[in-house]
Amino acid sequence: MSAIGEGLLEALRLVARGDAQLFAIAGRTLLVSGSATALAMLVGAPLGYLLGRARFPARTLILAAAGTGMGLPPVVAGLVIWLLLVRSGPLGGLDLIYTKQAMIIAQFLIALPLVTAFTAAAIQALPPRLPDLLAVLGAGRARTFWLLAQEARLGLLAAVIAGFGAVVSEVGASMAVGGNLAGDTRVLTTAIVTETSRAANERAIAYGLVLLAMAFAVVIVLTVVQQRGAR
Amino acid sequence: MPVRRLLAAVCALAVLAAACGGSGDGEGGAIILATTTSTRDSGLLDELVPRFERETGIRVKVIAVGTGAALRMAGEGNADAVLVHAPVAEAAYVASGDLVGGRLVMANDFVIVGPPADPARAAAAPDLPAAVAAIAERGRFVSRGDDSGTHQRELALWRAAGIDPRAVAREETGQGMGATLAIASERRAYTLADRGTWLALRDTLDLAVLVEGGAELRNVYRVHVVNPERHGGVEAVRAEAFAAFLVAPATQALIGRFRAAEFGRSLFSPAAAAGGGG
Repeated sequence: MSAIGEGLLEALRLVARGDAQLFAIAGRTLLVSGSATALAMLVGAPLGYLLGRARFPARTLILAAAGTGMGLPPVVAGLVIWLLLVRSGPLGGLDLIYTKQAMIIAQFLIALPLVTAFTAAAIQALPPRLPDLLAVLGAGRARTFWLLAQEARLGLLAAVIAGFGAVVSEVGASMAVGGNLAGDTRVLTTAIVTETSRAANERAIAYGLVLLAMAFAVVIVLTVVQQRGAR
Repeated sequence: MPVRRLLAAVCALAVLAAACGGSGDGEGGAIILATTTSTRDSGLLDELVPRFERETGIRVKVIAVGTGAALRMAGEGNADAVLVHAPVAEAAYVASGDLVGGRLVMANDFVIVGPPADPARAAAAPDLPAAVAAIAERGRFVSRGDDSGTHQRELALWRAAGIDPRAVAREETGQGMGATLAIASERRAYTLADRGTWLALRDTLDLAVLVEGGAELRNVYRVHVVNPERHGGVEAVRAEAFAAFLVAPATQALIGRFRAAEFGRSLFSPAAAAGGGG
């Protein structure tokens, strides 16, 4: 049978017998990429909101930077974070290199432009007079932010999906700053690289299928939430 | 209310992220070992490192890169120990004082592999330079091109044969040994491989060993400790413990037996008893 068929079978076998290694790696992937996406939302959503609503001199520049950042190759983000966190780098004293935290930082940087740009677009797509209307109705700043976020939830969830999709699938940054340490910083994508270099193609494909299934599960949950709001 | 729920989820994950710290290091601290892809891809370090970690409580973070990159990490104080196989390049770092306490760990050999039909007739050549010249003349070559120990040795082989590698049909993959072997196989080209990776992958390749043996193809792995006097923050004591572990008789016996039953011969022969410093 072809390697792809074997990989499919191997994936099913690994899941069926509850392969500890597989579940540990998948769980770690979810933790790292989920945390990075969450942090990116915490920073990127307010930033995107500001860019979508406020008018200030550097606004266009920041929007363009966010757009450009969407095309930032993860391996470049990884290299920059590596140079910062490595012992001889300016932040070497933090001792963060080759840890999950370093991976979260790198993935945060990768997701941030996506989340920011998607949020800004979602806020700008709202009816332009809505903020004024809310102000007339007596809503304060925080209340306005909240209500507009409600209205823009479709776009916000799209931001989450885009950010998570980008970081869960990247390999270059995780490899560089995490070091692909077995049992510690090895995630699904870097595990696939490892298995491929060992010619364990079936296991590599199995990991790939698990990655796809996991991304699908996360996105389906988000999409259900999103579309329920769209009624 | 979806947005509130989303916000709650985001906050929960952020807290989780902050809490997942400190899980890495063992009780005895941790060291960073910069090494070659061949020692990792063969699975040897998966066998040795957990044993060391159990014995000492010191965690070893194995960063597998090319030998050139591993040496550079050491030279900048970004690793505590290196396990590498490029004697000439290592000597420069020993001379500069970046690496100390070098010792032989193990050896195997490089092999020149190529299409089983051997269109360049490299196998028939009387000696190694002649074989290299035959490939330059009638074959094509796939190079690692990644400043790894294998790449450095390949360049040395061209030099020894008096051939300018830029003048031959030669392509650089910039990738590891496994990927480079696969590309050579697909393109019916020749390449230089370490014996360990070759044995581990040969069943997946349409290649054969055409040239082997001789001192020029000997592949020697050494461990070095990064000099703490030159680089602050280096875990020299723990790194020294790891280096000592690698050359200890029990570990050496383990290296000699590693996957020997599977391949009918050992991937690495223990070399510490042969002596020899860095």
